[in-house]
Amino acid sequence: MGLTLLSLLFITFDHLRIFSITDDIRAGLTLLLSPVVYLADYPNRTAEGVRQTFKSRAELQSDITRLEEQLLLLKAKTEKMAALTAENNRLRDLLGSAAKLQDNVLVAELIGVDPDPERHEVIIDKGTSSGVYVGQPLLDAQGLMGQVIEISPYTSRVLLVSDQTHSVPVQVNRSNLRLIARGSGVTRQLELLHVQDTADIRVGDLLVSSGLGDRFPVGYPVGLVNKVEHDPGQPFALVTAIPSARLDRSRHVLLVFADDRLTGAPNGIGSDFEPDYAAGR
Amino acid sequence: MENNIWIVALSFLFAFVLSIVALPQFIPVDMGYLRPEWVALVLFYWTIALPHRVGIVIAWILGLVIDVLSGSLLGQHSIALMAVAYIGASLYQRLRMFTVWQQSLIVFAAIGLYQLINYWIESIVGSAEWNMWYLMPSMVSAFIWPWVFLVLRYFRRLFGVN
Repeated sequence: MGLTLLSLLFITFDHLRIFSITDDIRAGLTLLLSPVVYLADYPNRTAEGVRQTFKSRAELQSDITRLEEQLLLLKAKTEKMAALTAENNRLRDLLGSAAKLQDNVLVAELIGVDPDPERHEVIIDKGTSSGVYVGQPLLDAQGLMGQVIEISPYTSRVLLVSDQTHSVPVQVNRSNLRLIARGSGVTRQLELLHVQDTADIRVGDLLVSSGLGDRFPVGYPVGLVNKVEHDPGQPFALVTAIPSARLDRSRHVLLVFADDRLTGAPNGIGSDFEPDYAAGR
Repeated sequence: MENNIWIVALSFLFAFVLSIVALPQFIPVDMGYLRPEWVALVLFYWTIALPHRVGIVIAWILGLVIDVLSGSLLGQHSIALMAVAYIGASLYQRLRMFTVWQQSLIVFAAIGLYQLINYWIESIVGSAEWNMWYLMPSMVSAFIWPWVFLVLRYFRRLFGVN
């Protein structure tokens, strides 16, 4: 009986986010249980290892050739990118805007997936010991994956963009139309909220993060619009998108550090400049 | 230790791993509903087999662990697991007389209650919508109970856990 009451109290505290006692218990237990999480990932890790070990020589060689070609291509792009970034930052400095193109990232690996199909959450192998913080955005090679919602020293839990409780501010890359993309609970689908029937949006439009809300960095691909339906009976158009990130496939992911968190103002002018600009100079 | 109580701890560890291990990628996500409630099953077995050792308090602690592993509200699975342990602990003398398939029926009811309590709490908080799939784990758990029972009994006898 006492324990039931205690549980109910915990639930209330945890849900309302009052008193930090539940957070403390959770943090302690998470740390204690991280071996279990690693253990549960062991079969998948081993399967991956076995697959790698038994790759044939020919396969490996073709892999190397393909990767070298890709590397060359990317290198060429990066060279151009470096020049463009420098130029862009210079121009932004001139405009007095703090947003910088270069973000710092940290590579992490997926070590767990929430077993409940209703929740789209994953666990990654980096935690506070690597500087991860709650709210940190997570990317994969294709696009935005989600954000960190729970941290412990060696693992953290990430909410994916496709979760029903997750929303991300986006803008249409072509027309700069700002919208909100909400998860639908289905891995391959995002819903766009409150799209006017007259809004400039079509199938095939790329949605990128708009950076509004100060949570996600600007300009990372979020999804590709795959359906625009105008129903006269509905106040808004029904628009859905396919997430760019391979939410159910990616194992290697990137944690993005917001500029001011990790680096301060590397070029001397960035974040120092922003406050008095924001204060309505 | 003489009573080999570590077998119980090991079986729970195994149940935790089974309940969070990720499915291979070629299996559709919805198959996740077919996952039995391993921890509740193992707990139910031990409350019948060792009612003097495993009971409500252990259930409460295990519930907290599940909450942490699955990221649900702290205390939610505790309450649900305590209900399962309560059923096991109060009916253990009768349950021992039952055949495994009769026990399966009780397991179905117990895990059903477990799911229901979880669903209640989640719906009060507003993070769940009713969906017939919620009943699936209790059916799968009832179906798999005889094997859980036989395996755990084998190990209990092998190591003389008491």
